[in-house]
This record gives sequence, C-alpha cells and structure tokens, in this order.
Amino acid sequence: MRLSNAGTRGQQLTVPFTFDGVRYQGVKGETLAAALIANDVKLVARSFKYHRPRGIMSAGSEEPNALVTIGRGANAEPNVRATVQEIYEGLEAYSQNAWPSLKNDVMAVNDLASPFLGAGFYYKTFMWPKAFWEKLYEPIIRRAAGLGGLSGQPDTDTYEKAFAFCDVLVIGGGPAGLMAAKIAGETGVDVILAEEDTALGGRLLGEIEDINGAPATVWVAKMTAELAAMPNVRIMTRTAVTGAYDQGTFGALERVGDMVGRKPDLPQSCFWRISAKRAILCAGALERSIAFPNNDRPGVMMAGAVRAYANRWGVASGQRIAVFGNNNDVQRTARDLTAAGLDVVAILDSREGTTVVGTKGRHGLQSITVSQNGTTKDIALDCLAVTGGWNPTVHLTCHMNGRPIWDEKIASFVPSAGAVPNMVTAGACHGVFDTMGCLADAAQITVAVLKNLGNKAKSPDLPEADSTPYEISPLWSVGGKGRKWIDFQNDVHVKDIKLAAQENFRSVEHMKRYTTQGMAPDQGKSSNVLALAILADVTGRGIPETGTTTFRPPFVPVPIAAMGAGGAGTGFAPQRFTTSHDALVTAGAPMIEAGLWYRPSYIPQAGEKTWRQSCDREVNMVRNAVGVVDVSTLGKIDIQGPDAAQLLDFVYSNTFSTLKLNKVRYGIMLREDGHVLDDGTTARLGENHYVITTTTAAAGLVMRHLEFVLQVLRPDLDAKVISVTEQWAQFAVAGPKSRDVINAIVDTPIDNDSFPYMGCGDVTIGDIKGRLFRISFSGEHAYEIAVPGRFGASLYDALVAKATAHGGGAYGMEALNVLRIEKGFITHAEIHGRTTAFDIGMDRMVSQKKDSIGQALSRREGLLDETRAQLVGLKPVGAVKQVSAGAHLFTAGNEATRENHDGYITSVAFSPTMDSMLALGFLHNGRARHGEVIRMVDHLRGLDAQLEVCDPVFFDPEGGRLRG
Amino acid sequence: MRIECPVCGARDLREFYYKGDAVALNRPDRDAGIDAWDNYVHLRDNPAGQTRDLWHHEAGCGAWLVVTRDTTTHLISDVTLAREVAR
Repeated sequence: MRLSNAGTRGQQLTVPFTFDGVRYQGVKGETLAAALIANDVKLVARSFKYHRPRGIMSAGSEEPNALVTIGRGANAEPNVRATVQEIYEGLEAYSQNAWPSLKNDVMAVNDLASPFLGAGFYYKTFMWPKAFWEKLYEPIIRRAAGLGGLSGQPDTDTYEKAFAFCDVLVIGGGPAGLMAAKIAGETGVDVILAEEDTALGGRLLGEIEDINGAPATVWVAKMTAELAAMPNVRIMTRTAVTGAYDQGTFGALERVGDMVGRKPDLPQSCFWRISAKRAILCAGALERSIAFPNNDRPGVMMAGAVRAYANRWGVASGQRIAVFGNNNDVQRTARDLTAAGLDVVAILDSREGTTVVGTKGRHGLQSITVSQNGTTKDIALDCLAVTGGWNPTVHLTCHMNGRPIWDEKIASFVPSAGAVPNMVTAGACHGVFDTMGCLADAAQITVAVLKNLGNKAKSPDLPEADSTPYEISPLWSVGGKGRKWIDFQNDVHVKDIKLAAQENFRSVEHMKRYTTQGMAPDQGKSSNVLALAILADVTGRGIPETGTTTFRPPFVPVPIAAMGAGGAGTGFAPQRFTTSHDALVTAGAPMIEAGLWYRPSYIPQAGEKTWRQSCDREVNMVRNAVGVVDVSTLGKIDIQGPDAAQLLDFVYSNTFSTLKLNKVRYGIMLREDGHVLDDGTTARLGENHYVITTTTAAAGLVMRHLEFVLQVLRPDLDAKVISVTEQWAQFAVAGPKSRDVINAIVDTPIDNDSFPYMGCGDVTIGDIKGRLFRISFSGEHAYEIAVPGRFGASLYDALVAKATAHGGGAYGMEALNVLRIEKGFITHAEIHGRTTAFDIGMDRMVSQKKDSIGQALSRREGLLDETRAQLVGLKPVGAVKQVSAGAHLFTAGNEATRENHDGYITSVAFSPTMDSMLALGFLHNGRARHGEVIRMVDHLRGLDAQLEVCDPVFFDPEGGRLRG
Repeated sequence: MRIECPVCGARDLREFYYKGDAVALNRPDRDAGIDAWDNYVHLRDNPAGQTRDLWHHEAGCGAWLVVTRDTTTHLISDVTLAREVAR
C-alpha cells in the first residue's frame, strides 16, 4: 500500500514491471522490494531448504529472503536481491525455488519433514550404500534445496572491469561518509566516495531526523551538491566495495545496465579495482533480528526497513503493524509509523518484559502471540517490525584476517584497530550510532588520516544533529514452541545451533560448517552475531570468547562475468600476426595458434581435399625443389657488449666464445636442475655482437632467464640483451633449389664459399639491409633470410614467387613438422621439461670445461643413468601402420599395464619421403635397443602396434643434403 | 597486491612475474658439492613471517627485484633492485 501522502511527494506510477508474470506499476527510482510492498505482494520467495514462504525482510543488500531472478533465458540473472534491484520499464522478476508456483510449492513438504531434516541430517543419513551418494542422494538433495538457477546458455550481456586510483577512498555515503569525503575533498586530495545505494545519505534517507533544524535530507542534498562540485571528488553510487586486499587495493562492483535496463552502450555491471593510499570505512550498521518462534513469516520485517519503506519510499509494509524490540528504536519506529498515519497496534519492548512468543499465518502474517507478565494474548496484524539491535558493518575489516572485538556497551562487535593497513573506520561501523556522534567521529578521524598523508585539514563546524543515545538490553531468543529462525537464507534455527554444540561442533567455525549458518550470498549479514550469541549461551562461554566466524570477500555477490570482463571468447587476449599473415589468409591457409602467434597449418592448392594431401605435397616440394615458410615467430634476442660471449657460455651448455665471426652454432640451455630449458641457434654478427634464436613457445621465458642471469647471477658481466623478435621478419628457404631463390632476391649472388653450411652475414636487397643465415630445420640445403619487419610482407611475396618459378612454393606447420621428424630434430614435444641433455642424446654438448647454468646438477646421480628413457626413432613394422603421439611403449610380449610401461611417444608424422608413419619417443635404455621390435599401445584410440626402434634421424643421417 | 618498483613506482601485481625465494641470488660454485646444489635448487623454508622473494617487473622496466614481505600480513617492507643486492 502506498501511503496517503505519497501524492505529495510527486510520485507517479509510471514504471510497469512484472513479478511472476503479473503486471504491476511502480515509481521510477524505487527498489523492486518497495514496489512489491506498495502492491501488497507479501510472499516473494521460498526458503532454501524447507521451502517455507518468505517475504521481504530488509531494505538493503543484507536481504536474506527476497532473492529473485531478473529476466528469462540466456541473460537471466538469478539470486538478485529485490531490496537492491531498481525497477525499470519492462523489468521481469520471477520467484525462485518454488514449483509449480510460489503459493503452492510441492517441495514445501520438506517443512513437514523438518523434524528429521536438522543440521547434519545428510551426513548422518545418506551414508549407505556408498555408491548411492553421487548418483542418487546428492542429485535429489540438490534439486530440492536451492537458490535460482542458471540457463546453461552463454551470457550475451556485456560487462566491464576498470581501475581507479585515489588518495582517500571513503566507503559508504551515510552521514559519516559524507563528512569524511567533504573534509578530505576540501584539502584537494583525490577522493573516491563509493556508495552501494543509488543515492548518498545512508540511514538518513530512511529516518525522520533534523540536521541544523531542517530535515536531514536537506543537509544530505546540500552535501551531495557540494561534493559533486569538487573536481577532485569522484562520487560512485550503485558501487559496493566488495573486498579489501593487499597494499590498499579494493574491489568494487558498480551496477549499471542491470539497474536501469539493458542499453546498447551500457555494461550490465563493472568490476572496479581501486587503489587507495588511505581508506575510511563508513559502512554503517546492519539491524539484527530476534529469534522467536516462527519469526520468518512474510510480514515479519526489520524495524529499520519498515521505517525506510515508509519514510523514504512512501509505502506501508502493513495496515496493522506492531513493533517488537530490545532497544530504543522500538519507540522511534512507532513514532514514525504513527506520523505516517499507520495503525500501530502494539509496542512490544522486551526491556519492559514483553516478548513475542508465536506467530500465525501461512502465506503472510495474520497474528502474533505476545507474552507479558506470565500471561499471553493474540494480536491480529499483518506486519511485525522487529529490532534486535544494530551490528556495525565490520565485514571489510575482516578481509585481511582482522578479528572484531566485542563491545558490551552496544552488545555487538566493533572493528579492531589496524585490521586493514591504512584503513580506518568511522561512524556506525565504528560503533557510534547517533547521527551527531557519527559526524563528530568522522570529522576527527578524517583530519587524522589527512594529517598522516601530509595534508593539513581543519575540522569543520559540525552541524546540529540528533544525539539520542542508543540504549539496548540484549535479547537473543525467546522461549516458546516452534522453530526460531536465525539465518533465513540457509534455514538455520536455534535448535540447529544447539544440536551442533551438543554434537561437539562447539567452535564457532565448526558450528558454521555443520549448520551452514552464515554461508551463501548474504554471508550472515543479518544473522551471524545472533547465531554466535546463541552458541555462546548454549556452550556457557561468553560472546567474546566464542568469537566470530571469518567474513570473506565479496561483501555483496559479484557476477563472475564482471570479474572476467574482457575474458570471454577471444576477449582482450592479444593476437600476434606475422608479416606474411595477410598473404597466407588470402591463399586460404588455415591459421593455427602458436602461443599468441598465428601460423599457417598448410597452404592448400586447387583439387586438394584433405590436409594430408597438401602436407605431403609440401614435404615433397621441399625435398625435391624449394619451399618458403615464415619463421619470424621464433624468439630473436640481440646480445651486445664486451662480455656477450661470456654470457652465452654461461647460459648455454656448449661454448660460444669460440664461435667464429659470421658463423652460426646450435646450442642448448639447461635449467639449473639439469633439465633442458630450450634450444636454438646463435649467430655471431660481430666481435661483441650475437643474435640468438629461441623456440616460439619459450621466447618470453628465455628473455626473462637472460635478464635474471645478467641482473642476479652475473651482474659483473658487461652485456645487454634485447628482444628483436618483432623487429625482424625472417623466412626459411629450404630445398635443393634454395640458393637459386636466394640469388634471385639478393643483390650480390652467394655461393658455397661466401655462405657455407652454418655461415651467416649481411646481404642487401636493393636499399634494404638484411641478414642471411645458412641453417636448416628440414635437413635440406636451406637458408633463413631476415629483413626489418616493415619489408616482411613484400619479401615473403617475392620469395614465394621465386620459389614457385623453381617448382616450389610456400609450406606450413604440418609440413615443417614432418620434415623435422624425418630428420630427428627436437621441439618442445621432446624437451618437455622432464628430459635432460643425456636423454636427448646431447650430453656431450654439456661442456665440462666451464661453469654454465645446470651444468653442476646435470652430472648428479640418476640423470646419467643408462636405464633412463632416451630419445629414439620408431617406425611401424607390424600389421597396424598407425602410430599416435602420447601412446605408451612396452617390451614385446608384455602386458600393457602401468607397471610394464617402458616409454612413450612424443611426436608422430606420416612421412611421404619414407612412405611410412614415423615417430619420436623416449624408451628406457633406448639407444642400446635399436633394431628391437616393441609394442605400442594407445588406450585412448584403441591402437596396438609393433614398432621397430631405430636412430631418431630417419632421413639422410650423414647430412650430405645440408651441405648441398 | 601492489609492488613499489624502485624504477617505476607502485604497480599492480599483474605487471610482475614471481620466481621464488631470493636464495637464488646465492648460486654455489660449480664444485660446491651435491648438498649445496640440492639446497640451492630444491630446498626452501616456508616461514610464517618474513620472506625475501625475487620478482621480475616483466611488463614494466624489466628489473629483477628482491621483495621483502611478511607472509602472515602480506606487508611489503622493502623492495630493492636485485642487481644491487647481488653485488
């Protein structure tokens, strides 16, 4: 019901929305909860476990009951608190966890069975037979209990994440937050004021109070305007700070499109990472309930919420309202409701010995039973406003292991000082509950924070505000028959806590896990203090001794989509393209990912139907004529300085100081533990100038490794390293006709004397200075030619054209892989992190004459053992011709069991050159077993083949073709 | 988490690569013996308290840093260029 004075507020019912398919009208800017209450919708949800009817309880983000799903289909958002969701035109809200309807929920039968369903029920009951748990019990339990569901379809909404920086972060925009932001803002420092509500003001928006003789909302509006006018103050409303992290980092969720309806230019929400030099937590306090029998019926609400709905939104939570509580908010609530013209039927103050001991009403509150001086009577009503006192919102102060301290005066926990470095608390979350006190506390604390930052701040003249002291006489639970609910979100009641204690789950953390108290989206915001007070009572310990459970981030639920914004699909992932990319895509080559790079799988020609046809042709082309492939993705690191050679001798196992000018040498790097890190070639371009290549995958790793060696291990060396991977476009030209292609490109023709095998040097192509290396990854007479990146595209086109004229053309990764396997060249499939130089047959490359990374430990016991799995070649000799990577090797005749495992396959290819499948793999004592026929089993693909062990170099073992 | 790089100033964790204990600074001689090498490569303390770790400002200036940090509070008390510590 809307209050009679609603019209005078200028409220107009202009926003249509639906709840469970029924159309309603609401007022722009109000919450879904306010709009539902205004439309007399009391039953809004079914509870998590017992499917009990539940209504709206609070007016803020602490709401445990009124969780709804917004929208339908792929973009539906479950578990949205109706107390936070703003209504907008066309909003569709649906109740959750009820079937077939909210009013007639079949699973409400759980409530009748509740005597058997207490805490720990599942652990005790569904123990046997064991196999039934996963297949039968758990799925049934999961279906019965629950929150809203996901559609299972990809979310097509957009989300954002963003970063912000400030000197002072003020968390919460109530009276304390406004005062703190104002004082800080006036000194000129950068201030962010984050408020989870749509407007600044905090509790002042929902109370009737005067500041400086005028309604407090007037003061709020004035402060808001003054802050908005300061260029150094950033006001972020609808932004809940969700977590406090190391070094002044805070997470925050800003709700955007999901509050106002989808708009093409708005994200649904934005996840902020705010880095603040200082933070002032002004998060206020949350009202707690009292555990009395059946205190969960729709219509039993928090008194502060009832006031907020009346005072802020102009809606009546009921027509006949009683107020029950243990502090002076009882009188305040009665006063406000009477002033609003509502019928207050009873004022029940436990300090005067009056308590509520029962309620009635299946889908909504109809009456309560009141006990006074030993007599009881029933009162008919439709709303009960309850206040059990206020708990400072200490959550953020606990995110870094801080433990709040019990304060007897307010019968609640207050934050411990210094719980989060450089964050202080002020106002209600600091345990100061009256408005005047909040303003004074915030002023004093903010001045101290600014002084600490090196700024002079002056405490302003404080306005005259309400200073009524908070008076409370703790009351946690009352007697009487029936369940007394504590955690409404998880359906935990007093008996569950007692049961936990009785079964010796007496520590507060054990109790939490046994009963699920304080878990799930609301993190026990409304229930935790009540629960542990009852645990303290049951166990006979004091509350301070019982302590609290740990509040963890996030303070409010955060959509994973917001935290992962930019990470869906390709998202913001960088892509690296070679200079030949466009030409290859135009040629129809399927591009495959290699790290962040994209490389051609093969380059199809007309009439080719499968990748194998293209690949086989490309291999034959390289073996018989000439092929061109872009190898720019390999890491290229330029090394210069007087000690460049010493650096290389230290990071490579073999020696580079002896490498002659204009020569290239292959090398391997070890990790310090003696295993192979990477391999590649090093060219000496000058006396103190080298360029090394790394594998595509390890380019970043090797760069980091070299920086580590230079800065940490050998700062004595005078050498500089820099990555030039993207500065040079580099192409391999391989095959018997490779020199013809090179000579068709370079200005001065080369021959075997000027560029012998493993030679290198400068070449010119017109005005362009390039580099030429005679190296080969195919086993053919081959070159790699490099030019500055900007000339890459045109050089690639020219090379492919010249190669085509010589009966060759471009080739891709598939053919490159076949060519290297035919030659037994290794890649990271072989040097996968667990193989040593000994394993790959390169032990002699580990020089014993010098110190190098990994040299010491490469000699340790076990790493030179002949029985280790060693690199071998493998080819099928039985009826099964198929060989697969990842397959296991066994000695012939042995069963294919784990115990008999004798090795594994790392690389396979069909070799058109040998007309056979070929494989590289590791076999125990493999080098001594050439010629032996062994068994290969691939359990995944169902293969069982006989393979002959041979040298890993299948093709041209003498290397005659390389020397051309 | 943020680290105060001596070259670049306070930067977000995402710019840094974590290597491990700064014991890596104290590389043994090649003939120091298997125990010294085993200790250097494999054995690490797991203190509840102060650690000295090596971080690389990979997405920044490229400096290797020795970061002194408390594992119980996550407080960073010192950040020094590894090059200076190694001298």
